[in-house]
Amino acid sequence: MNGPAANAVTHLIAAPILLPLLSAALMLLGGARWRPQKAVLNVISCLAGAGICTSLLVAVDTAGAARAAWVYLPSNWPVPFGIVLVLDRLSATMLVLTAFIGLAALLFALSRWQRAGVHFHSLFQLQLMGLNGAFLTGDVFNLFVFFEVMLVASYGLLLHGSGERRVHAGLHYIAVNLVASSLFLIGAAMLYGVAGTLSLADIARKLGQIPSADRGLLHAGVAVLGIAFIAKAAVWPLNFWLLPAYTAASPPAAALFAVMTKVGFYAVLRIWTLFFPTGSSGTFLFGADALIWIGLATLAFGTIGVWGAQRLDRVVAFSLIVSSGTLLAAAGFAVPELTGGALYYLVGSTLAASAFFLLVELLERSRRLGDDPALSEVPREGAPFMESTTGPALPPDANLDDEERALIGRAIPAGLVFLSLSFAVCALVTAGLPPFSGFLAKVVMLTALLHPRGLWGGSVSAELAAWTFLALLIISGLAAMIALVRLGIRYLWAPQGRPPPALRISECLPVGMLLTLCVGLVIGAGPALRFTSSAAETLLRPERYIDAVMSARPVPPPPARKAEP
Amino acid sequence: MEVVISIAIGVLAGSGVWLLLRPRTFQVLLGLALLSYAVNLFIFATGSLSIRAEPIIVPGQPADLLHYTDPMPQALVLTAIVIGFATTALFLVVLLALRGLSGTDHVDGREEAR
Repeated sequence: MNGPAANAVTHLIAAPILLPLLSAALMLLGGARWRPQKAVLNVISCLAGAGICTSLLVAVDTAGAARAAWVYLPSNWPVPFGIVLVLDRLSATMLVLTAFIGLAALLFALSRWQRAGVHFHSLFQLQLMGLNGAFLTGDVFNLFVFFEVMLVASYGLLLHGSGERRVHAGLHYIAVNLVASSLFLIGAAMLYGVAGTLSLADIARKLGQIPSADRGLLHAGVAVLGIAFIAKAAVWPLNFWLLPAYTAASPPAAALFAVMTKVGFYAVLRIWTLFFPTGSSGTFLFGADALIWIGLATLAFGTIGVWGAQRLDRVVAFSLIVSSGTLLAAAGFAVPELTGGALYYLVGSTLAASAFFLLVELLERSRRLGDDPALSEVPREGAPFMESTTGPALPPDANLDDEERALIGRAIPAGLVFLSLSFAVCALVTAGLPPFSGFLAKVVMLTALLHPRGLWGGSVSAELAAWTFLALLIISGLAAMIALVRLGIRYLWAPQGRPPPALRISECLPVGMLLTLCVGLVIGAGPALRFTSSAAETLLRPERYIDAVMSARPVPPPPARKAEP
Repeated sequence: MEVVISIAIGVLAGSGVWLLLRPRTFQVLLGLALLSYAVNLFIFATGSLSIRAEPIIVPGQPADLLHYTDPMPQALVLTAIVIGFATTALFLVVLLALRGLSGTDHVDGREEAR
């Protein structure tokens, strides 16, 4: 692609950051008033964002393997000095994922949760801006700034709805993240001290020239930076904040937070693959073993947590930890096939976790309703799935159950059918069973583990790590299946005599949308996997990314017009 | 000068971490503040410490770090101070909210059982 079309793509790169910033600023002007108008603006902004991100993804995909990265210079300064926005396959994937999860969470929030606080819509857009910015930025310090934007908005969203539990979880969450941000700054400062630049591509280019006396400092800086990232990716042992925070957050916020753990993983993957590529001498894959074994420990921790959790929201939160562990361990091997499978797994598992967080609220509501109908505060009007289960008068020879009610011809309420089917799809994706994307991703990863290029016959520790990963991957699927079947029986099968759940279409739509995307990921598995493995190839061969960034030239100023005589 | 700065950073960071691990929310807040001071000083120090050097390249002098001081860490530390200040203020608000809701200033929202 070249000419005006490529130019349009280049300029669109800034849109996922500018659009949420603009709409958030507009919403803030309204103060506490004009909630309906803010909601409309928010939906429009989310829809436009989803459209823009999808068109970016399509543009990146159609450009073919020839081009690794698109670079936009926001202030038109020459490259190592000005800030850059870089779009490559990985960031395009993350942008689309964020946009659609954001859209679903917003639609879900519209029916109830938006009314629980004043600045919900502004915070929501700022959160999207931080996420998109973190995926697009090409230098360390802007990564920090966008991390902070994202985190500050997430502090607000976590407290949305208030209540002691949220404030309590929020306090711990903020404290942990502030410390992680301090570590981030220390790491960034050390990198600057060693490399003399903050642009990721420029640092990566200069790493080869760093004298061996400074290597220790460089490694220490990157390690400190890595600790800040893996604390945000909810990696063991830095993930104890996740469970209280994510289970206390309101469901739309929790659904959006599911992407936030992936930002930490994204940052690790981006910086690690750029700085320590497989080909470079001296710093070959610094910290690979640490990534693999920390990832495996996280996977084990999450598996045990999933296995033992007795509440659905806790199972979902632990499944996020499992997903983080799987991703980190898979990335640590630095095999393109494995990383490609992991990226496919990332998309599917994040979509499923978000849908699950939304679904938990609907399931819990039907439980609460059943346990104590007097306490139900769900308005009955506007609940189209509320149908009566009492059918017409029974014929005398009807087949009756224990309570002498008809067994045949009893209508299953549509709401219950929706909940059960959604639960089943989420559970199958999370546990990695066929026919959904979790299964395909695990097959790809296990195949790559069993046929690794250069991993077999390598060191004993690599082989041990590969076998442990293989075992843990399968066991984690089993644990998720056991836990989810148990909870499915408790939530959906065992309850008797409860009134059918009162659901609104506006609440079912976003869940349905996320699940449709999960199904779409299976139907389009061929192109999707091709795209993610191409993304992994680009990541593990960063020369083209570095070249693309370093060869970007500022747009020359327009020729000065001669003054009219 | 390097030694003095290093010791200052070390003391600030050490006290910050110690306060961070204390059970009272206000101590945690002060710990976070001290830690961010330490980090800000650290960033500032990465731009080579020099006395009477401006972050400007003066015409006629060679453009190396002996003759001017690196403006980049100063710009970074400015951003870091602003962000750190805002997030610490936010933490203070949440701290007060928790104090109001739970009636105690323990970080867990309840006193430890004795």
